Amino acid sequence: MDLYQELILEHSKRPHHAGLRDGFDAEVHHVNPTCGDEVTLRVHVDGEGDDAVIRDVSYDALGCSISMASASVLADEVIGHTVAEALTTHEAMRAMLTSKGADPGDEDVIGDGVAFAGVSKYPARVKCALLGWMAFTDALHQAGVTSVSKEEAAR
Amino acid sequence: MTTAFEPQELARIRAGFPILSRTVRDGKPLVYLDSGATSQRHAGALATMRAFDEEVNAAVHRGAHQLSEEATDAYEGARAKVAGFVGGAEDEVVFTKNATESLNLVAYAFSNSVAGQAKDPRLTLGEGDEILITEMEHHANLVPWQELARRTGATLRWIGVTDEGRLDLAGQHGPGLADLLTERTKVFAFTHVSNVLGTVNPVRELAEAARAVGALTVLDACQSAPHLPLDVADLGVDFAAFSGHKMYGPTGVGVLWGRGELLAAMPPFITGGSMIETVRMEATTYAAPPQRFEAGSPNAAQAVGLGAAVDWLGELGLDRVTAHEHALTEQLLAGLAERPWVRVVGPAEAVDRVGAVAFDVEGVHAHDVGQVLDDQGVAVRVGHHCAWPLHRRFGVTATTRASLAAYNTPQEVDAMLSALDRVPDIFGVAV
Repeated sequence: MDLYQELILEHSKRPHHAGLRDGFDAEVHHVNPTCGDEVTLRVHVDGEGDDAVIRDVSYDALGCSISMASASVLADEVIGHTVAEALTTHEAMRAMLTSKGADPGDEDVIGDGVAFAGVSKYPARVKCALLGWMAFTDALHQAGVTSVSKEEAAR
Repeated sequence: MTTAFEPQELARIRAGFPILSRTVRDGKPLVYLDSGATSQRHAGALATMRAFDEEVNAAVHRGAHQLSEEATDAYEGARAKVAGFVGGAEDEVVFTKNATESLNLVAYAFSNSVAGQAKDPRLTLGEGDEILITEMEHHANLVPWQELARRTGATLRWIGVTDEGRLDLAGQHGPGLADLLTERTKVFAFTHVSNVLGTVNPVRELAEAARAVGALTVLDACQSAPHLPLDVADLGVDFAAFSGHKMYGPTGVGVLWGRGELLAAMPPFITGGSMIETVRMEATTYAAPPQRFEAGSPNAAQAVGLGAAVDWLGELGLDRVTAHEHALTEQLLAGLAERPWVRVVGPAEAVDRVGAVAFDVEGVHAHDVGQVLDDQGVAVRVGHHCAWPLHRRFGVTATTRASLAAYNTPQEVDAMLSALDRVPDIFGVAV
């Protein structure tokens, strides 16, 4: 099955940056009501606005391999980056995941995120891959460091 | 002794469901084990609906022309068939859009009574009164009662579930039936069959206990109507709700059966056209049941389709369906028991149990299990199956559920079990 890339299985079994850590600016809790999957996610940022640097993303996730791996890749790809860069990565992930297989993803922008390209062919699983990202953008919004509107964060 | 369907009979049954011969995921034969969510529709029901729309369609209960007469006859004929199917009277059968609406209709009768629309003390709820449900309810038979409690000030209580997946009537883990079902209980709503565990509840015993304390009983029969003979008089309940689309009929039609005398005492739920007796600008009086509860234009074609599905089920014989599904359930449970990495959530033996079989694969999320099965053409349901509190009770977020129907074959059960064996390979679980 092209859905379960080795990279996804690796990340889901040994998620990077997992666990909740102190010293955060915002904490959010997101749920996928269709399956009951949950993620609690914290962001720690330095600075103001789009130039603020994401010092840490810590999370406690309960879910399928796709949602677990997605949270792990998210943390890898955004920690140490500016908010503007992180939002670009998010937008590229979202575009790939909702492309129904048309967009293979750009490794330069989303890194290990390209392993999720196969998910876009399974509409029921797109939400799984986006759960962590939705929590992340919501957390940035709540931390007050982003120009992301509430509507965008909830998208 | 009633036996399972012979291969030839089964082939004939399957011929009535053309969708079962299609392929999925690059040419793999479809193995449909998700009938608990929605069954496939019988060709007879589909043909009946089409014929209704093409030949007799008109507004039912209105108009003085021939089409309207014929449409009304077809619609009322379907009501008679459904009444016969559950052992009730025709005017005790209310057509709704689904079982969820049926259950809300009853729940709202209580709060509308508090609001002064009816004066029957049995339907009047307030502080100090209790509503009893169970921990194994589908959200459809849980949330409406939570909301009713909130609106009226009554208290919601529930019977727990044992580790085996039965109602904890004896109170092993918490209060038992004797503590929970008391003089304070005004209504006791429970499911006939759990959509997750497959457990068949002792309806007669529960209804009798409720009657002894003067509580009304509401039975969620969604998961029993397609699988077990259903006789509301024999079960002794006051209301029963079920959906057309889970019993080989179409979506868009559900049923509420209610004891005639109770329906007559109930205020309407949804108001508008078709449910009135007289209307003046100042006030309105309502029609007798069942019309009182069928406001607006009904889903007439769907009701007629359900009538055809019920006819087909009756000809097939519910006792044969039960026996057939029982054999498949035993086969499925035995196969799962041979796989130590699978934990069945629900009774391990096919006793007082039907073929809704939910399970957990150690270390692998249900979504991933379902995806691997789907890749091999096996359609199952994954998630909490609209029974989130029940999943919490068993310490799982989600389960994989295979649910059987009259058209399933022993070969399909085997195909599902072999497909399942790919899960440990892919996710590296120690077997």
